[in-house]
Amino acid sequence: MSSALSGATIDTTGPASPKGRRPGRAKRTTPRNTLTGGAGLGLGITMLWFSLLVLLPLSAIVARAAAGGWDSYVNVLQNEQTWAAVVLTVRSAAIVTVLNIVTGTIIAWVLVRDRFPGKAILNVIIDVPFALPTIVAGLVLLALYGPNSPIGLDWAFTPNSVLLAFAFVTLPFIVRTVQPVLEELDADVEEAAASLGASRFTIFRRIILPSLFPAIIAGATLSFARAISEFGSLVLLSGSRPFETEVASVRILSFIENGSYASAAALASVLLAVALAVIVVLDLVQRRVARRG
Amino acid sequence: MSIDITGVTKRFGDFVALDDVNVSIPTGQLTALLGPSGGGKSTLLRIIAGLDSADTGSIRIEGTDATSLPPQKRNVGFVFQHYAVFKHMSVAKNVAFGLEIRKRPKHEVTQRVEELLGLVHLSQFAHRMPNQLSGGQRQRMALARALAVEPTVLLLDEPFGALDAKVRKELRDWLRRLHDEVHVTTVFVTHDQEEALEVADEIVVINEGRVEQIGSPEQLYDEPANDFVMSFLGEVTTLDGRIVRPHDIEVELAPVPGAVEGTVTRVLRVGFEVKLTVATAGGDVTVAMTRTHLRGLGADEGSRVWLYAAKGAVTVAGTAVKETAVAG
Repeated sequence: MSSALSGATIDTTGPASPKGRRPGRAKRTTPRNTLTGGAGLGLGITMLWFSLLVLLPLSAIVARAAAGGWDSYVNVLQNEQTWAAVVLTVRSAAIVTVLNIVTGTIIAWVLVRDRFPGKAILNVIIDVPFALPTIVAGLVLLALYGPNSPIGLDWAFTPNSVLLAFAFVTLPFIVRTVQPVLEELDADVEEAAASLGASRFTIFRRIILPSLFPAIIAGATLSFARAISEFGSLVLLSGSRPFETEVASVRILSFIENGSYASAAALASVLLAVALAVIVVLDLVQRRVARRG
Repeated sequence: MSIDITGVTKRFGDFVALDDVNVSIPTGQLTALLGPSGGGKSTLLRIIAGLDSADTGSIRIEGTDATSLPPQKRNVGFVFQHYAVFKHMSVAKNVAFGLEIRKRPKHEVTQRVEELLGLVHLSQFAHRMPNQLSGGQRQRMALARALAVEPTVLLLDEPFGALDAKVRKELRDWLRRLHDEVHVTTVFVTHDQEEALEVADEIVVINEGRVEQIGSPEQLYDEPANDFVMSFLGEVTTLDGRIVRPHDIEVELAPVPGAVEGTVTRVLRVGFEVKLTVATAGGDVTVAMTRTHLRGLGADEGSRVWLYAAKGAVTVAGTAVKETAVAG
């Protein structure tokens, strides 16, 4: 399968120019692709692995949902409870992502630019929300923001709990994408700006931020995608009340539990479409900013 | 005097980068800070720009005390060895940066940027991104960017250090011509004595955090204050306990009163020049002469020769000087 896939890819990379179809194609000076034997194998493995794990299962979901025709999508989205779940999920994910852009950049900045006791420990702990099983994340959050909250914030079973859970599990993404870029920034670029008269704020806004922008966008994409797929922590934290705190992934589970696989597949492909749309939009924004310079 | 540096000392931990440095840099001239790597010359330049601060001492720029001013307020242009370009901005935007943050009117900025890009021969590259330029072009862009804000002084830190030899030589000549056009007080740091001798009006030799000598290229070359300056500014060899330039040694095949006797052990041809290694009682001596001269003399490996410093040659007592061959 690997060779078949890589073979197929090699064929499609070459432009189908009439000249190339002639017998003398071996004499052509510019190669159709840059794949050497080893690289061809690498691409083959990539495609095989990616297909087995991602492309084929995803296609299966979309195919299953599409088997019911447009009606199944329309039916699913016309269901008010489902629609409320989708809106809550997307809105909360968007809010949390915006929040992460600000806090993630600040945390990355502190970790790279400042020296303080405990920095190394903080640097390790940043990844904890990512490493914990999300059901444990739910427990942890419930301890501080649940009915017995020591700080008097009982957010359990409220829409706020969804924001809280999303924020918790997506915290590391922007920190970890921005941090290495910030570390690589040349000090002399900032010094050049300073000697040209730029204040610290101007240097940040006009020199540092544009350099960080691609990393921030990449982190935001990951953060958003991770948020809309969050499930485990919400089971405990949000109570999954219909129209109030039920998110799309929980809604999918209840579809499956009720045996309506077609609805579950339809909602899953809607989520997939949302995720793809956000990835594409953020990528376009990033390209546009990069081009504007 | 444009820049007055008084009693400046700077330590990094135990390391003394600058030790009570006093220098005055004249207005409108091109001054080189010359010295070996790690000698403190870049630190001095950064202190003038306000990018580092001195532990003690003061800096005055055009009569204003700048010792505690931040870099933003010193009105100096700074050019870095590795260009320090703003990667995400076009060439024109890079040059315009200083003017834009000063909120100059748009048409004025455009006009000034065009003018400067013309000056550094980058007009046709205005809309390119920096990564589409060669190293030499990037450095010219950085220079235009620094000049845009009409700085009181222009500081260049090893500006050609990252470029290959040919481009370096071109840019060096070009910098000299540019300075003759613009006349801004310019200080540049270099460890290349040829660069300093060729370009600078005045040279400050700095070594181990101290100023060894200040003077014009001729003064430094003809009247070196000590053995360090002499050996740093060109090739030297030790003849009879004094250091002297290899091309200032006369060679005879017959005994001469006061000359040092020796045997030619090696003859090395480098283009038009010939380098002889002569073993004497006081150690090996390097002698440089033209090929024609050597042919007229008729000496070869194994010849017995007598050496003496030519009339008018500069010699310095070389007490503890190792034979240094500084690449020229």
